[in-house]
Parts: sequence; C-alpha cells; structure tokens
Amino acid sequence: MDCSECGPLLHALIDNELDAGHAVAVEQHVAGCANCAAELQSLQDLRRSIAAARPGYRAPAMLRAAIEARSPASHSARPNRRAVLTGFAAGAAAATALAASLALIVTRDARDDRLRAELVSAHLRSLQADHLTDVQSSNQHTVKPWFNGRLDVAPPVVDLTAQGFTLLGGRLDYIDGKAVAALVYRRRTHIINVFVVQARGTEPRAARIETVQGFNVRTWTDQGLELMAISDIEADELREFGDKFEAATRQATGS
Amino acid sequence: MAEGVDETDKARRFRDAALPHLDAVYTLARYLLRNPADADDAVQECYLRALRHFDSVRGSSIKPWLLAILRNVCRAEYDRRCRQEQPGLEEGQAGDAVTPMWREPEDTLEAASARGDDTERMRRLIASLPEPFRETLVLREIEDLSYREIAEAISAPVGTVMSRLARARALLRDAWQADRHEGGSDGLQ
Repeated sequence: MDCSECGPLLHALIDNELDAGHAVAVEQHVAGCANCAAELQSLQDLRRSIAAARPGYRAPAMLRAAIEARSPASHSARPNRRAVLTGFAAGAAAATALAASLALIVTRDARDDRLRAELVSAHLRSLQADHLTDVQSSNQHTVKPWFNGRLDVAPPVVDLTAQGFTLLGGRLDYIDGKAVAALVYRRRTHIINVFVVQARGTEPRAARIETVQGFNVRTWTDQGLELMAISDIEADELREFGDKFEAATRQATGS
Repeated sequence: MAEGVDETDKARRFRDAALPHLDAVYTLARYLLRNPADADDAVQECYLRALRHFDSVRGSSIKPWLLAILRNVCRAEYDRRCRQEQPGLEEGQAGDAVTPMWREPEDTLEAASARGDDTERMRRLIASLPEPFRETLVLREIEDLSYREIAEAISAPVGTVMSRLARARALLRDAWQADRHEGGSDGLQ
C-alpha cells in the first residue's frame, strides 16, 4: 500500500469503517510512513477536539413540548413502569422499602433497554457487515450441530421454509458482552435474526412483541432459553413467525 | 392482543421511536439553516411529515430516515429563501462545481461574541464550512452516523460521503488551527 491509497483510508480507519484486512494493511503502512502517521494523528486530534467541544445542540423545551403534544395518546393509553416511576419520584416522601423494591425494577428496566439497544445493533451489524452467517445452510441438521462446543446453549433450530420463512443459517454474535447464538431466517427480502441466550429466570414468560428503534422484536422463553426475534417485517408477520417457530420446536422436542 | 395498527398505536410507536432523536434532528437543522427560529420550524415540519410516513420506514434504522426528512424540509426552506431574497439565483449557480445547498449568511450565529468558548468556537467553524461538507461532517462527527447511514440520509453513494468527509475534515482542521493561533478570526473563507 502506498500513501495515495492510504490517505483516504485513514478516515475510514478512524471511523471504524474498515474491515479487519484493510485495517491491518493501513496500520502497517502507517507504522512505516511518518507522513501518514502524522496525518492520522492530526485527524484523531481533530476528532477529539470536536468531541470535546460538544458542538451538538439540545432541542429547546418548547419545541419538545410542541412535538410531544402531537402524540397525546402515549401517556394515557398505556402507562408503563417508567411513567409510573417518574410520577412516583416526583413525590419525594417515598417509603424506603418501596423505594428499594422500585430500584430493582429500574435496574432491570435499564438493563432491558440496553439489551434491546444491543439487539438492534447486532441486527444492523449483521445486515451491514456482510457477515450474516457463519454457517450457511437451509438444513436445520447442519446448522444446529454447528453450535456444539461453540456455546453453552443449544439453540433450537427449525426449518420453516414450508411456512414461508427460509432458514439461511446461523452465526455467533455478541450481546451484552456475551457470545450468543443467532439464527437467520428470510421472509421475502427481509431478514429475521433470532438471538438465543440463557434465560435469566426459570419461570417461562409469555411471548411479547414490541417496537425498538423502528424494528419489531418478539421475545419469548423456551426450556430455559430466552429467544429474541428481530426484524423489519410487520409485527403481525413477526408474531406469525414466532408462533410457527414455537410450534415447530414443540413438535421437534415432542413436548 | 392488539387488533391491527390503529392511529393511536401508530402515534405512540412513532413517539417512542422518533422522539429520542429530537436533539439530533434539531442539531442538524441548526447547522443546515444556521438560525434557531428556522430550525424550530423545520424540526416541527420534519416530525409532522415523519409521522405521516411512519408506516413506510422499512429496513433501516429510524435516525438516518428522520435526518433525511429534515434535510428535505431544510432544502425546501432554502429554496424559499432564495426565491424571496434572490430571484434568478438558479442560473448563476448552475455552473458551479460544488453548488452550496444553502446560501452562506453573513453572520447569523448568535455565538460570534463568545470566542473564548470552545463549544461556540467549534460551532462557528463548523457552521462556516461550505455545503455539502458541513452537512457530511455534522452527520459523522456529531450525529455519529455510519458511512452507510450518511449515504442513506443524503441520498449519495458511500464514495461521495467519504470524499466529502475527507474534504470537510481538512477544511475544519485548517480553520481550527488558524483560529486557535489567531485567537479567534472569522472562520473559513
């Protein structure tokens, strides 16, 4: 690699947009080239200066209120736990015991939020980085054994091709700093990622659908596993996918 | 289970998805229009349009989509300014290699006095970058969008994003260093 090739890639390097191969090539060139090393340093300095200056703006409260006022349904329709908590926190004279139990809920809520955000990131990553599958097969008997020895969970892998959801394969992914199984299905042109992790509690929880950053997420538990399907398909279709997935798993295990 | 997707549900989903990005949308509006009142109007219009078309957002995260709408709103606002203030501007600009999307105002930044403050200094320098470099830099460095998301937001190829970003950073770096050495001059020229 020479300087004319390296120059434009320095930006991609500091923006984390290079794949591992190119990143190594750029770093090797920089290690032996004082000019490019200086350029890289200067770009990094600039990025740090921008970040330190915090040049973003906060939307004025009036503007926020005006936009919130346009969707009046949100508070009245279904008060969530956090809304209840906010109201609660406003009254400062909280009983200590109650506050302690609420703190537990808050912690779990925050953890769930982070988990959901990571779920979306992992889903996006799988679509963008050209790394959808580690094992590419529409055969459940190829995909399932692939996870053996790679994870401490054995994800249920079912073939749903007949039901309109094609199994594309599986891969290892990382959620919340832990390796998890990801099963990949396709519905027409849409990708569905199913992340499988060890369930946190033992009690089975009913399936639920929610929207996170514009994606639909269906969460359910199955025999000590927690499964999270995420996709941009309609909520109804994702519900259908989850129902069929669960039905096929039950059939496979004979339970 | 909820039966279908009614308007109330849509408004709630929209709110949950779009409201967390309000500061990001407002920030881009400030940098594109360089005027707080216009930015306010543009953001309100952006959220109105976004709610209307919320059903059509598919296969991408909502932030680049929102920013793309905001950008279109700002572009319309810019066109309106041009028609009002400078009839006949289109012909004059047609031949330019890099046509600025928005006209450079003389000094609409309320921050011109606060030169000692790094935040205001950086804001002023970024705001004086010419388009389309300013927009690309804001989307990358402040909004933290990936190259692909920027490409989506501005409807341009990733290669264009990369070359604009490189140019934007070179311009901003020069201006930042010059500004520091001169103790505060008038930004980029």
